[in-house]
Amino acid sequence: MPKIKVPRSSPSLDMTPMVDLAFLLVTFFMLTTKFRPDEPVVVDMPSSVSETKLPNNIMTVTVDSAGRVFYDIDGQQVRKNLLQKMGVKYKISFTPEELERFAVMTTFGMPIAQLKGYIDESQDQRKTFNQQTKGVPTDSLHNELADWINFGRYAAADDYQAKKQAGKPVKDLRFAIKGDGQANYKIVKKVIDIFQDEKVNRFNLVTNLKKQ
Amino acid sequence: MAEVNTSDSGGGTGGKKGKHQKKRAKKSSTKIDMTPMVDLAFLLLTFFMLTTTFSKPQVMELTMPIKDKNVDSTKIKNSLALTVILSDHNKIYYYGGEFKDTTQLHTTDYSKDGIRKILLARNKFVLDSISIISKEHDNKQITDAQFEDYKAKAQGSRDALFVLVKPDSLAKYGNVVDMFDELSICNVQKYALVNLYPGEKEKIKNYKPN
Repeated sequence: MPKIKVPRSSPSLDMTPMVDLAFLLVTFFMLTTKFRPDEPVVVDMPSSVSETKLPNNIMTVTVDSAGRVFYDIDGQQVRKNLLQKMGVKYKISFTPEELERFAVMTTFGMPIAQLKGYIDESQDQRKTFNQQTKGVPTDSLHNELADWINFGRYAAADDYQAKKQAGKPVKDLRFAIKGDGQANYKIVKKVIDIFQDEKVNRFNLVTNLKKQ
Repeated sequence: MAEVNTSDSGGGTGGKKGKHQKKRAKKSSTKIDMTPMVDLAFLLLTFFMLTTTFSKPQVMELTMPIKDKNVDSTKIKNSLALTVILSDHNKIYYYGGEFKDTTQLHTTDYSKDGIRKILLARNKFVLDSISIISKEHDNKQITDAQFEDYKAKAQGSRDALFVLVKPDSLAKYGNVVDMFDELSICNVQKYALVNLYPGEKEKIKNYKPN
């Protein structure tokens, strides 16, 4: 009986195209996305059927479930200008380096006396600080939120004028309130009242999209 | 293009045609050409690059009236005014027209059978108008811009429901957003976020629905 040799098959896959594709995807994502900035507080927003998207140039006041208030505003130049104005009012001087660091920060929430220290801290130190911070003060004796809103508007207006003169595209500053669904309505009402005292009457309430 | 060489079956199945072939152990080489797979990958990539946008959180518009003590209040027909009081534990109390005492209060909740039914019933005029306009829009009798225009007019008309949303001190922010959402679903455009009247506050505090 002749020996029947079982033919050995050696499959070989050329992996070059797959690797090419991987590099292409990595390059695409490297160039098109930005790192999501570390938020100091996670907010569980309520959902709504509204489909309007968040506008670009906004001032955001965040209220977390414990009722702490945080503040954020877009625009590096705007932020630097704002910090300088606040420094003048509260008699705190900020170094140019601190201005730069503040310009790339996002949301923050603490009394202005503690802000200088916060800016100088590292990411990890900031994280521990944020866990026990009480947020921006909103009580009538120390209504710092009102000052942030007021000077924020001035800073945004200056930036608007500067951009307009330089012929760049301009967008109006809008106001957003990002509240946790479980936050007491009382504190959100306080924020709305403070806004109204600063002559702001139109807001965007940030929500998740509801699945109908 | 894909070439898969398997070993020749030789005397087995090939015997049908009666091929006389020498039994040779052919070295088989499985080579799969990957070109179609890469083509497909690029196609999918291009498709997603062109059709998707990065997801941004959604927003809801809220406009408050100017905080001016001298503004005179607009007159609303009693039958078209609905006051909704938001309380703790997702409870809603509501009454129509003016507030006299707690016997007018009804209780409901945020489910589909709750406040939505009430709003749909009371806002019947606007909803009927809008359904007529939608039919015309579906039949292409009016343009999109006209449809939006008529819709806005219907929602702002004098016969549209006006809702006063009054969250009490125990309500959560999520309750208020849910309420606005229900108003938006029921096409109620005339609403205001206000405080409870001092008289209301006292009476509601001790109100226990039976």
